[in-house]
Amino acid sequence: MYDVIIIGAGPAGLTAGIYASRANLKTLLLGSSFNPSLITTTDIIENYPGFPDGISGFELVDKLTEQAQHFGLEIISHDVSSIEKISAEGSDAWEIWADQKNFQAYSLIFSTGAEYAKLDVPGEQALTGKGVSYCATCDGPFYREKDVVVVGGGDTAVQEALFLTKFARKVTLVHRRDRLRATGVLRERAEKNEKIAFVLNSEVEEILGDTVVSGVRLKDVNTPNSAKQLRADGVFIFAGYVPNTSLLTDIVEMDDKGYIITDDQMRTSVAGIFACGDCRQKLLRQVVTACGDGATAAFAAELYIDELKGTSYEGRTIDTK
Amino acid sequence: MTEEKFVDNPDHPLEITDSDIDQAITKYPFFVVDCWAQWCGPCRMLTPVVDSLAKKHQGNITFGKLDVDNNPATASKYGIRSIPNLIVFKDGQKVGDIIGAMPEDRLLDEINSYR
Repeated sequence: MYDVIIIGAGPAGLTAGIYASRANLKTLLLGSSFNPSLITTTDIIENYPGFPDGISGFELVDKLTEQAQHFGLEIISHDVSSIEKISAEGSDAWEIWADQKNFQAYSLIFSTGAEYAKLDVPGEQALTGKGVSYCATCDGPFYREKDVVVVGGGDTAVQEALFLTKFARKVTLVHRRDRLRATGVLRERAEKNEKIAFVLNSEVEEILGDTVVSGVRLKDVNTPNSAKQLRADGVFIFAGYVPNTSLLTDIVEMDDKGYIITDDQMRTSVAGIFACGDCRQKLLRQVVTACGDGATAAFAAELYIDELKGTSYEGRTIDTK
Repeated sequence: MTEEKFVDNPDHPLEITDSDIDQAITKYPFFVVDCWAQWCGPCRMLTPVVDSLAKKHQGNITFGKLDVDNNPATASKYGIRSIPNLIVFKDGQKVGDIIGAMPEDRLLDEINSYR
């Protein structure tokens, strides 16, 4: 029986692991065996405080993992398939099935993150891996001296478009709004980059190609029946996210997009279940906020466990909702 | 040197290069090559999965690993645009690609679908 099981091995979950382990809670972190934290596919993180030269997503997650293990956190690569409420010595607890094994804990911390949304247009699924990509760091080097399209206008889309200019001959950023949403410094860099062209007010209607991508069909959002084609060897899609929260459907409250609703102590609608990082409803999804969430979730879980076990430290109890 | 490399029934993925891949394809009747690179996060997640399958299915499925960074000719010949990408060879012919990281049981199902 664990005090806390953390599900998800990104910055939020690993930070929760560091804090829970240091609090001497018996803690297990279950990370997916195949679905990496999105941050590990990010070339460089420039806005995480304390790294003036930036750090790659993979390296940061490696360091967080090492740091958490240093404090005794048990980390297992197992894919969680179900969660059920059980009773343990009169208290509510949770049973988790993962890869045909079961684990039990008094509390759960969800840090399952989000993944890139599909455009849901013809050609996208059939050509995934054949020119359609959701990972520029993985696939960028296959596009040396080729032409690629990046779909999206946020930080990730612009950051990855800049990364792709290291390889591609030309990068066309397609965005459905009339301006980019990305933060100032990124926008400025993209606008100054000679390899980047912008097609604004436009949506990808179809990804073209037989066995590999040959281009995209675009529609001007302001002009009906305005389809035009753009030749491309690759299409990189960074247009929004979908939270990985299906395990908690019908268990905790979520918003209409599937993000878990929490209070500012990372408590969900169900006592003993906490959520942190990109999987919860919040204003800003960044590594720095994920880590902050993780620390808060672990501390809130500690208070919950103390209360459950009757070992609360005086003056350090949870205020009621 | 290469005689020693392509042993019968290896229990681990063999390091394959542009220069010896054809030899491996000819030797092993059911051969799966994991195309990966150091800079690819999902590839590194797939490594232990492929290692485990190589051990469990020793003598049944032979696995290879090819670093696309150092072996661009193979990546280009087989039209690789995305990694991780496992190329499946049966009786010396390419029969399919498996793209993206996935759990071990699903990967095994995908591989077996090309038998």
